[in-house]
Amino acid sequence: MTETPQSIKQPAAATGSWYEFATRHRASIVAAVILVFPLVMPFTALAVNILIYGLYALGFNLVFGYLGLLSFGHAALFGTGAYLCGIAIVHFGWPWYAAIAAGVAGGLLMALLIGVLAIRTRGIYFAMVTMALSQCVYYLFYQAVDLTGGENGLRGINVRTIDLFGLRIDFINPMIRYYVIAAFVIAAFFVMSRILASPFGAVIEAVRENEMRARASGYDVTLTRLLTFVLSGGFCGLAGALQALHLSIVPIEILHYETSGLVVMIALLGGMGTFFGPMVGAAVFLVLENVVSVWTVHWQLIVGAIFIACVLFFPAGIWGTLIARGRR
Amino acid sequence: MAGLSFDLIALQLFAGLALGAIYVLFAIGLSLIFGMLTVVNFAHGAFYMVGAYVGLYLISIGGNFWICLVAVPIAIGLFGLAVERVLIRPLYGRGIDYPLLLTFGLSYVMVECVRIAFGKTGYPFDTPEVLQGAVDIGVGYFPLYRLFVIGATAVVLLALWLFLEKTSFGLIIRAGARDPQIVRVLGVDVSKMWLIVFGIGTAIAGFAGLLAAPLQGAIPEMGGTILAEAFVVTVVGGMGSIGGAVLAGLLVGVVVSMTSLFAPEMAKVSIFALMAIVLIVRPQGFFGRAGLMS
Repeated sequence: MTETPQSIKQPAAATGSWYEFATRHRASIVAAVILVFPLVMPFTALAVNILIYGLYALGFNLVFGYLGLLSFGHAALFGTGAYLCGIAIVHFGWPWYAAIAAGVAGGLLMALLIGVLAIRTRGIYFAMVTMALSQCVYYLFYQAVDLTGGENGLRGINVRTIDLFGLRIDFINPMIRYYVIAAFVIAAFFVMSRILASPFGAVIEAVRENEMRARASGYDVTLTRLLTFVLSGGFCGLAGALQALHLSIVPIEILHYETSGLVVMIALLGGMGTFFGPMVGAAVFLVLENVVSVWTVHWQLIVGAIFIACVLFFPAGIWGTLIARGRR
Repeated sequence: MAGLSFDLIALQLFAGLALGAIYVLFAIGLSLIFGMLTVVNFAHGAFYMVGAYVGLYLISIGGNFWICLVAVPIAIGLFGLAVERVLIRPLYGRGIDYPLLLTFGLSYVMVECVRIAFGKTGYPFDTPEVLQGAVDIGVGYFPLYRLFVIGATAVVLLALWLFLEKTSFGLIIRAGARDPQIVRVLGVDVSKMWLIVFGIGTAIAGFAGLLAAPLQGAIPEMGGTILAEAFVVTVVGGMGSIGGAVLAGLLVGVVVSMTSLFAPEMAKVSIFALMAIVLIVRPQGFFGRAGLMS
């Protein structure tokens, strides 16, 4: 993308002090919002979904918004995280924290495998190759019936209580479940903020803005892309693992290419290349889905139309547009 | 492997060519549009699917298959013209990802509209009576309809080749694919050309959908699967190259068909393995121009 909306890191001189403050403490602000969120949401289950998809979109946005590569294969990263977490619990009886670690590792590894192949291509090819490879992952998991349950999905991921330093926490209670998952999501937001603020984060954006110049400055563009994609896989793997714990089942549809498309929509709707955008996008998208599904089964028609309108008229997304307004 | 005779393998090879013919038709449309407009048409699968459904509808109101062969490409092509004119044209010059994203959204709308009109479940699509049965092709009996698919694809390819190579309009298209700016400077209305190319590409997609319908029936989701597989074809053949699309399409068809003979459970995965090999050995594909994507 050449005309991505302005990222958050801008020279502070041109903007108000509140803006600078918000940028500096962006992860803390997200944490505060996430902690208050379920108190204003009518359905806790929906709030949990928003958290998980927000995290998924956060990982995706690292590649799409900050690195400037459009991936249509992120379902493979999200799904692998979910499946590995689920398999660790169902087939190997691992405790919940080890299963989440397995999910993150799965996301990282799958991102490495897909990344090594897809990074060899450039530009628009990237979207096609990642989509094709994720379709391949779909078939592989579909056929490994013994491990994944195939078409029926992986069932029986029952985590009822969570042991934390001798403390037994009831994972069935929706409010507690929300805050357990929120702890991971908030931690992920802090890590993401740290990555983006690091020198490496600056290199990521340099590659997006001008590949040639980044290369001329001595940065390994290919390695940066691969590393960013793998990092993104870690975030998406975590999101997938949390999804598996939340749903107690991993449906095979999680690897379907519509799951890849979903995160593209969420990121674009929220505002690509913005820190808060993915969460805003996930919240608006899922609330809208909930509301529209009440009066029509043809939700996809509405989604498609909204998405077309977004691409045509609001390419900066909701949060991106707000930032642009606020900065003026 | 005792039962595997030469004849069986030869027959499977032909079946692969018939399957490959559908890939070829799908991928040349995709490639033609990309080569000219640098638009990756994510709705190409949806146009393909609508082609099958328009055929289904025409037959249900009393048309026959032969009428469909003419009417479906025209209808889908006209629809494609409208899509380019209204939705895609505003996005030129705004970055290569935007048309891709827009057509992705459009595919959702098209699939859901078909679900509303025809229902969520698929329909079988009868093979026209004249083309039922099998003929002896020397190595054994081969379904006549698949032979027809190969023949029809050859006719479309020949027509497209004649159009691109022998007409003055084709000359402009080829020049425009190489350097649209110079063509514009020479006084050619490039946007009109792009409109027509998009129409031709989608018309071929609709035609492919119609041809594929008797082989696999018509369901609203039929476009999604072939889209991913056609991306493999374009990556293997080289994006924007029509010759590459033809060769790679046939190759992918044969690979699928051969692996389903020897290792059926690997048939779907095999083509992605093929793509992985091509990406490692020759990232730009068979006939891809290096640097076109940068």
